[in-house]
Amino acid sequence: MIESLIKADNAELTQGTKKGSPVVLSTRVRLARNLVGTPFPERANSAQRSDVMTRCAEQIADLTQMKHGAFFDIAELTDLEKQVLVERHLISRELCESKSGSGVFINKDQTCSVMINEEDHLRIQFLKTGFSLRSVWKQIDRFDSGLETGLDVAFSPEFGYLTACPTNLGTALRASVMMHLPGLVISEHMDKVIRAVNQLGITVRGLFGEGSDATGHVFQISNQQTLGESEGEIMSRLGSVFKTIIDHEINARFKYLEENSARLLDQIGRGFGILQNAHVLNSNEAMNLLSLMRLAVDFEMLPEANRSDIDRLFIECQPGHIQYAAGEGIEPDARDLCRADTLREEFARLPALDFDKVKNLG
Amino acid sequence: MAENLKCSHCSNPATVHLTQIVNNKIIKVDLCESCAQAKGVTDPEGFSLADLLSKTHLTPEGGEPQITCTACGLTTADFRRTGRLGCAACYTSFIPLVRPVLEDMHAGTVHKGKVPEVAYSRQTSAAQLQDLEEALQRAISEEAYEDAAKYRDQIQAIKEAVDAEAVQS
Repeated sequence: MIESLIKADNAELTQGTKKGSPVVLSTRVRLARNLVGTPFPERANSAQRSDVMTRCAEQIADLTQMKHGAFFDIAELTDLEKQVLVERHLISRELCESKSGSGVFINKDQTCSVMINEEDHLRIQFLKTGFSLRSVWKQIDRFDSGLETGLDVAFSPEFGYLTACPTNLGTALRASVMMHLPGLVISEHMDKVIRAVNQLGITVRGLFGEGSDATGHVFQISNQQTLGESEGEIMSRLGSVFKTIIDHEINARFKYLEENSARLLDQIGRGFGILQNAHVLNSNEAMNLLSLMRLAVDFEMLPEANRSDIDRLFIECQPGHIQYAAGEGIEPDARDLCRADTLREEFARLPALDFDKVKNLG
Repeated sequence: MAENLKCSHCSNPATVHLTQIVNNKIIKVDLCESCAQAKGVTDPEGFSLADLLSKTHLTPEGGEPQITCTACGLTTADFRRTGRLGCAACYTSFIPLVRPVLEDMHAGTVHKGKVPEVAYSRQTSAAQLQDLEEALQRAISEEAYEDAAKYRDQIQAIKEAVDAEAVQS
């Protein structure tokens, strides 16, 4: 069912990488919305859930931003298809587990997805590669205002948008960026950063792993609080914290390069060698090696033009994608062979690492 | 440890002690091992203390209000178990339980963001219309024709305003 999404040549996350975005991979904003007069999904019966689905689907299909979009009924997707959509950040794990009458709308370039009957009746998400909180907010704001013209959205002047969980009350807005932070991880500053931003009501999570040592050095950073500040205030506070983290990351990279130049070049060089020659690669190892290659692009050792290939491989080397590409339900061991094959082919096409460039940078 | 802390969820001895700073306030939660597991504290991926607070913050001391939402039937026990409300109307029924947790959870307790102008004015006008229709019927049955005329004019005005807005949007 999801064939066309995987094969799309204009998907934002796998094809849309911006040039010169060294730290931020992507920006996402999500809004939670509920309808008046129907219990939230968890307490709604199946007739109520399908009624919500019908009403929302009509309104969503009418919006120009959803033109040529696709709809998927969760009950009709296989476990593997659901996993692929999770890996592409188009649906949540919670939606996969939901009862009947849940589904998702995904627009053509996969920048917008709307989950129906997840924890709330509607979970709207807009995503863009690179660092662009304001423009993503503008898009989702317009989409949300369009929805509201035909749907009675649950709202109270005191508490704002009413959500199933009180932690989402108010703006019901969660804004996040995916950051690639190898400098802070290698220099062992990540714990300090996590503690500092936690105090500001901001959450840090490893994308492919846990804690301060996440696989692939990719972290998702988002606001925890939704009530008591306007959307603009939330985003400008987040924005300034994000900018500080980016500065620290860049400094940490150059400091490491200055002090441990040979070591860093060795790691990148070996990583490149493994990617070009390995025959068995598990997901963790692949993510960590791709992280080094993204760093190599940032240090101009690989052409900027290949940045988008690396970002695409971050997605396509995850277990669900590898399995989906292989066609049949293959064993985890066989997956590691397929992953190595894919990476060997991809990295055979790249030019040799330019070690001179980085010496000039240092 | 000097004092034997009890789990703030059940009353078994607490072995897991969490401290997090939310909103510049230090918040501590003590849990026994099985509650910590059940609440997902050991799973950093899905865990946020704010989530947990909604379930443990208001542990009953002198018995808390037993509320049942008239719209969806959610009870105080349901709310405590899941930390979730059942429907939009729950935010009216459960105000005594919800309001106190918001202060620890969020940057403020009153919404300052976007207002769904169209949907909200449609809803409030619908509620006003219903009230006015009832008042109008009452006035007619009581033969208070001056009042009835006043209500009829108000109903007309709201209907016109709603139509005008619909044309605009």
